[in-house]
Amino acid sequence: MDLQKLEAFRDEIRLNTLKELYHLGFGHYGGSLSIVEALAVLYGEVMKINPQDPKWEDRDYFILSKGHGGPGLYATLSAKGYFPEEDLYTLNQNGTTLPSHPDKNLTPGVDMTTGSLGQGISAAVGVALSHKLSNKDNYTYCIVGDGELNEGQCWEATQFAAHHKLNHLFVFIDDNKKQLDGLTKDIIDPLDFVEKFKAFGFYTLRVDGRSLEQIYEAIEEGKRQVEKPIAIILDTVKGQGVPYLEEKADNHHIRPSEEDATAIRLAIAELERKLGKVVSV
Amino acid sequence: MISTPSKHYELEKVEMRQMYANTLVELAQGNPDVIALEADLMSAISTNKIVKQIPTQIINGGIMEANMMGVAAGLSLTGKIPYVHTFGQFATRRTFDQLFVSGAYAKTNIKILGSDAGVTAEHNGGTHMAFEDIGLVRLLPNATVYEVSDSTMLRFLLRKIEKEHGIHYIRTIRKNAVKLYDENEVFEEGKGKVLREGGDVTIIASGIMVAESLKAADLLYEQGIEATVIDMFSIKPIDKDLIVKYASKTGAVVTAENHNVIGGLGSAVAEVLSEHCPTKMRRIGVKEQFGQVGKLEYLKEFYELTPKDIAGAAKELL
Repeated sequence: MDLQKLEAFRDEIRLNTLKELYHLGFGHYGGSLSIVEALAVLYGEVMKINPQDPKWEDRDYFILSKGHGGPGLYATLSAKGYFPEEDLYTLNQNGTTLPSHPDKNLTPGVDMTTGSLGQGISAAVGVALSHKLSNKDNYTYCIVGDGELNEGQCWEATQFAAHHKLNHLFVFIDDNKKQLDGLTKDIIDPLDFVEKFKAFGFYTLRVDGRSLEQIYEAIEEGKRQVEKPIAIILDTVKGQGVPYLEEKADNHHIRPSEEDATAIRLAIAELERKLGKVVSV
Repeated sequence: MISTPSKHYELEKVEMRQMYANTLVELAQGNPDVIALEADLMSAISTNKIVKQIPTQIINGGIMEANMMGVAAGLSLTGKIPYVHTFGQFATRRTFDQLFVSGAYAKTNIKILGSDAGVTAEHNGGTHMAFEDIGLVRLLPNATVYEVSDSTMLRFLLRKIEKEHGIHYIRTIRKNAVKLYDENEVFEEGKGKVLREGGDVTIIASGIMVAESLKAADLLYEQGIEATVIDMFSIKPIDKDLIVKYASKTGAVVTAENHNVIGGLGSAVAEVLSEHCPTKMRRIGVKEQFGQVGKLEYLKEFYELTPKDIAGAAKELL
């Protein structure tokens, strides 16, 4: 793993996420930013994919079950070369190929349509099952939200995955501690995700969701499993990587105030300087 | 086609569920991509008897219908052809959002068998008696909805949809249907079958109501009224041309369905007629009611789904 290269890729994803949402004027900042590190490791280092041939049959699959993180995924796909960066500025505009929630029929590189929470994980299980039935060694990666795990379907999917020993299925839990209406512990206390996923038959690890190395190493460790599907709980924060947004209380969906907008512009400029780019804001 | 009245309506020897199971074996043995999914109702649909024949191509996903639809969608992303079965109410109203988002909206490829159509759920009663499944699936853009009337049709359509991409819903009873078709009969999407010709009134039916409508035509014939009977097994897309042709010819249309009259066959026919050929019509079907336990004949009487009800509606129009 070339850490320096991966850090630059991560910064590029975070920058693009901020720029596309800032350009749109509103959106799911919190949960798009909290998955940037996981996306960077998957698309920058781990996944077997071909951006020139998004539907390559022999690829690994990625399903963003927490579909409202779409802008983070689009920033990643664009940085990876699936489509031009300019497209990011059409996010949610009339006739766009980048709707707020991922649509596999609109966006190159999006493997499954998601947005209605709880459903993407079942589709990921289906893909992993298909590979297993065909004796293929491809991996399926899925990110679910901590709030999303309120949905009963997620637990149906995990039971099914464990029963069928889908050891090439990775489920990442974006444990950013918040859902739309507030803290997860206040709305539906998730208790201990590690204990829960272990009880549901997953090989379970908890890592610092800001650490590229820890995420990468957890995936490497998970790949050594021969029976169990793998759950990697990402200890994250909403708005991750932008201190102002991390501290903002109501940061699931943001329509920036003047103060917010100033802070977002500063974050964009800082990332651009870090990446040696011309400052655009 | 039955050109002369017949009073002999014999039940088939093979049950619909046996035909489903047998056809799955044919499909799976012919194509390694065919995967059957069940939700703990294998013994109800007889697929428990075929596990040994296609062990790697049939999966019991447990009592998790929402997940089953999602898994089916995921299987189809990688080229598998999932055939999903559960009772009609679970296949549609319990999983409607999965069917909508992971199915139709995502444009995945899922074949769904919804069993125990309407009153044929009998002793399972109101919780299990789907009168709204056709209406729900009909709302999904580009979905195909069939209600099969005999086992020849069931087998034909199961085989036909193997190579067709999209959401296909087949509604069926589990037990023996009245035999209607020869083994070599061919069925097309969007094409109804005229089973009997008569110039006074047109009866358009699906599923178990096709045989009831033929019996109604016999009753009408005894009273000097000649009825056309159409098996409109393809409810979406529906056979607009055939409906308009016979509505024009007879000037009176009765629909007959084992389903709520809102959203199902009656609605679909009324939609065609009101736009293309306004015609007097009556809808035989379930009206603003839920299901209940009971024997089939009792339930048919209760919900007014008998040949007498159909013939009565026809006479009202003349």
